[in-house]
Amino acid sequence: MANNPALAAAFERDEPAFVPYLAAGDPDYDASIEYVEALARGGADVIELGLPFSEPIAEGTTIQDAIVRALDAGMTPDRYFEFVEDLDVDVPLVCMTYYNLLYQYGDELGPRPFVEKAADVGLTGFVVPDLPAEEADPLRAACDEFDLDLVFIVAPTTRGERLDRMREQVSGYVYVQARLGTTGARDDVSDQTEVSLSRIDDWDVPKAVGFGIKEGDHAARIVRAGADGAIVGSALVDIVAAGEENDDPVADVADRLETKAHELKQGALRGAEQRAEASGD
Amino acid sequence: MSETGKFGQYGGQYVPEALMPAIEELTDAYERYVLDNEDGFMDEFRERLRDFGGRPTPLQYADQLSERYDTDVYLKREDLLHGGAHKLNNALGQVLLAKYMGKDRIIAETGAGQHGTATAMAAAHLDMPCEIYMGRTDINRQRPNVFRMRLNGAEVNPVTVGRGTLKEAISETMRDWATTVETTHYVIGSIVGPDPFPRMVRDFHRVISDEMREQSLDRLGRLPDSVLACAGGGSNTMGAFAEFVDDDAVDLVAVEAGGSSLTVDEDEGVAPNSATLSTGVEGVLHGARTKLLQDSDGQIMESHSVSAGLDYAGVGPELAYLVDEGRVTPVNVGDDAALEGFHRLSQEEGIIPALETAHAFGYLHENPDAVGDVTLINVSGRGDKDLETVIEETEKRDLDVDVEMSVFESSGGAM
Repeated sequence: MANNPALAAAFERDEPAFVPYLAAGDPDYDASIEYVEALARGGADVIELGLPFSEPIAEGTTIQDAIVRALDAGMTPDRYFEFVEDLDVDVPLVCMTYYNLLYQYGDELGPRPFVEKAADVGLTGFVVPDLPAEEADPLRAACDEFDLDLVFIVAPTTRGERLDRMREQVSGYVYVQARLGTTGARDDVSDQTEVSLSRIDDWDVPKAVGFGIKEGDHAARIVRAGADGAIVGSALVDIVAAGEENDDPVADVADRLETKAHELKQGALRGAEQRAEASGD
Repeated sequence: MSETGKFGQYGGQYVPEALMPAIEELTDAYERYVLDNEDGFMDEFRERLRDFGGRPTPLQYADQLSERYDTDVYLKREDLLHGGAHKLNNALGQVLLAKYMGKDRIIAETGAGQHGTATAMAAAHLDMPCEIYMGRTDINRQRPNVFRMRLNGAEVNPVTVGRGTLKEAISETMRDWATTVETTHYVIGSIVGPDPFPRMVRDFHRVISDEMREQSLDRLGRLPDSVLACAGGGSNTMGAFAEFVDDDAVDLVAVEAGGSSLTVDEDEGVAPNSATLSTGVEGVLHGARTKLLQDSDGQIMESHSVSAGLDYAGVGPELAYLVDEGRVTPVNVGDDAALEGFHRLSQEEGIIPALETAHAFGYLHENPDAVGDVTLINVSGRGDKDLETVIEETEKRDLDVDVEMSVFESSGGAM
């Protein structure tokens, strides 16, 4: 189920979705615009665009550092909305941030003013890592009012009644956390992915897998295991960080991001072919 | 307090989904072992607090301060609890609970190092492996506690992000927990974090006010007019207040760190104080909705206090609620007055208090008429850990109460 037609359409194509993440404003506003647009050129189907929060408790060091760079360069919620409007991409954007920023925005406490503004600038939904289903009613209601989606993260530890509760609340897509821990690129794909996907295989919402995916082969493997999409953050942020550290030209870093995005998207497509072969279609 | 773990609009469970099953498991364990004393958990806890911890702690009449302020001042001597601070009540309770739950590893954050020290002691006492996360800034300013943790066998992991204080240490411990949640218990050090932590930590510290109330009735035949306690996250505060909350005639005063100023620098994201109850705005941090030091966008500010243990941008949701209800009065005391309080208690009563605790004595000095005829002050910890900081900070200032250390210079040595 989905509220937002653009987000729904991104998953309705007959191929797996590639869902990259970058922190908006990392390492600065103008370069970050180029980087996000490069991801779209490289084949992104949906982009998770991070709004930096000072206490990102679900992030590993790679994305923590990105958030510090973006905050130091002046990113704020208002600048973020400008950023979204300035982007020239034809890909649905999902806002990934922490609840306090949604809660504080605007004249009244609560998420509604933020969601209203998000809808106004064309965002399609939210991922809020510190907001479990128990506390999500106000955001859920605001999302329903403005036709935005609320993505929930299903963790390896999520079972039983918790799964049922999330199934009722989730919309747009479900973010399947491939392993315990924080975000960060890894050298392998967790076997946990198959187990987690099997717990929700009868949900009628697209399933995108993230946490630790770094290479095209990783994307292929999780799609083969049944994922409808591959979410990749830290492996892309690593490219931004290396470019910043070496003082590389923005255009070069953007090219590298586009190439990496292409590799990951092709990996996802390969996974879909392998899955089709295995099932004899 | 409702069943969902809220205090009015405060509290709740704002944590990553991966932690929620562990929090449900902990809630169940808290309700069975702590609230219902299943398997005699609370009996064992009280026995260990007595034999290992040294409870009950005395309620002592402060002769000099009483004379000076013309009011009866009693000191609740939590500094005499094993480890030198109230922190053991909670650390011992949670490590024991982790054992009952079948967990095999303990992690904790620490600011001043008092909670880390207490957790390391409790973990050694109960034979559990233990890792402590501590900000780099705090490691440098609280060296004696780092030594103590290491001596008790705990690993100490430095946290270098941000300003390297308590806020960053809590975030980093939550990240560890998100990775190891199936085998590890996170011993949170204050009445903060997601439910059930705020009410569970309060219940482990409740013994402080339980004893205070009984000692007051036994000794004085009456309840005090006021109870004073310093407040950072608020664990010694709620421990000292919990049993008095229903005694409407007893004023409950939470003394926060006013730092160097109550004004904030939005551009730099710095609040040069930790006066969350006095100046904070409602928001969500580290698992709970509570009052926070934050900028107008909702980014969390860097707090400041000369005392590491009060240096935190949040506060327990129950205290935030009791302040809104008018039951607890938040006040604040700056760095200078806290240092003077430290010296005064050391010189006049022979008790070297923790810098956190010293804030309560700074308040008493500035407002002797506001505490009534009988006041009980929670001496939440002893000051051994703060000696270097105090001597350094005192030399920088022109204080009313002072001490000079020239004795070292005559022998050619420096501090």
